[in-house]
Amino acid sequence: MARSNKPIVWSLFAAGGTVTAFIVPVLIFVLGLAVPFGLLSPDDLSYAKVYGVIAHPLGRLIMFGLIMLSLWHAAHRSRTTVHDLGIRNDHVTAIICYCVAGLGMVLAGVSMFLL
Amino acid sequence: MTHQPYVRPMPASWWMRQGRYMRYMIREVTCLFIGLHAFVLLIGTYRLSQGREAFEAFLTALWSPAGQLMSTAILVMAVIHSVTWFNLTPKAMPVWIGDKQVPDWVIVAAHYGGWAVVSIVVLILAGRLS
Amino acid sequence: MSERKITLEVLRYRPEIESEPVFQSYRVPCQEEWVVLDALNYIKDNLDRTLSYRWSCHMAVCGSCSVVINDNPMLSCKAFLRDLPDHIRVEPLHNFPIERDLMVELDDFMAKLKSVKPYLIPKQPVAEEDGTYRQSSMQLKKYKPFAMCINCMACYAVCPQYGLNEGFVGPAAMALAHRYNTDSRDQGRRAREDVVASNDGIWECTFVGACSDVCPKNVDPAAAIQQTKIASTVDYFTDLLMPGKKANR
Repeated sequence: MARSNKPIVWSLFAAGGTVTAFIVPVLIFVLGLAVPFGLLSPDDLSYAKVYGVIAHPLGRLIMFGLIMLSLWHAAHRSRTTVHDLGIRNDHVTAIICYCVAGLGMVLAGVSMFLL
Repeated sequence: MTHQPYVRPMPASWWMRQGRYMRYMIREVTCLFIGLHAFVLLIGTYRLSQGREAFEAFLTALWSPAGQLMSTAILVMAVIHSVTWFNLTPKAMPVWIGDKQVPDWVIVAAHYGGWAVVSIVVLILAGRLS
Repeated sequence: MSERKITLEVLRYRPEIESEPVFQSYRVPCQEEWVVLDALNYIKDNLDRTLSYRWSCHMAVCGSCSVVINDNPMLSCKAFLRDLPDHIRVEPLHNFPIERDLMVELDDFMAKLKSVKPYLIPKQPVAEEDGTYRQSSMQLKKYKPFAMCINCMACYAVCPQYGLNEGFVGPAAMALAHRYNTDSRDQGRRAREDVVASNDGIWECTFVGACSDVCPKNVDPAAAIQQTKIASTVDYFTDLLMPGKKANR
């Protein structure tokens, strides 16, 4: 038995879990439900306003960080859940899960750059 | 005496056999919705970078009935994630002040308080920033 | 004292007679204050002398008598009939090979306890002339709950990760490691990390939390493991980012 390298992915999982626990509920509510339910007007999420917030260097950093941590949190937990459900080839599962997260991270980086 | 130990196989449906395992599995699959939310943000950011028309088309799709269904599912699962995460935090990070351990409920309450503050701040900013 | 007729359905396994375990029912007249162990003893004394099971103290301190009662692992000496229905199903602990009737093979568990080096590992060897250790009550409080384990193995019976991977070091062993890691007299965290911080150690745990639910002594192995994950992660990054500074505690 040797010391594992899991701390790398686990710390991303834990950081992602904490950040998403605080922010995702209100964020998905504001983005996806507040306008259809009439609690915000479409103007509150106008292109100009949202661009002003997200394209700001701090906005890009935060959005990138949020996407990245969410993806790594989901990747690690999906990996363990797949194992729980009986698919024992953890090596392959890990590669797939982390590659999806990695790809997402790259795409997020590209989007930040394109803003 | 015959020595022939018997190994009972673990069924793939183990998690359906008791309430505690079902609740665990529900908690675990919240991660799929957190991941889905990340992709929503990702696509939204990309469309934002493509200009006004692209972004408004994204919002129209997001606010469609199918989009609302997805957002509701994400909201419900995100709340389950938040609640289960905060409830478990004191187990992972016990806090000692002097020679007394801070009771679990205090740590949990502090997290719920922080959650409320963050949510209120975002709601206010959403309504007022222009 | 009023009597109550209970049906005990016990999983039998006698390798010389059957190739697979099979349930056998017994009707037991029970006293109000009895526990399941008393019912088992009644069966053995009066109904079926061939029934095999472990027990010793009959007061929830030795850990010998744990079995699964209506799908929940617990000490049979602590399972009061007044809290149970008239039909009680008794099985040996899950996730362990059945030796005979309600007795399971303990070898794997014993080996795992040993593997975490469950003894004080001081920085320098100590001798009698050095005198006794000094420890404040606050330092004792830090690890005391984790020292209360009676090795009943209920936590292993209910842990799905142990069920899925028999190499998993498991809740009790890692609670024990944590008991020593957080003892002020010990400096052995690094010596234990080969086992504790391995893939089959803390990192196999997904914080299901069932172990802490069923522990008859409130050891809270789940908490022990999560705290170890954090300590281990800090160690890992300390080693990675500051290779010269190998912290010992």
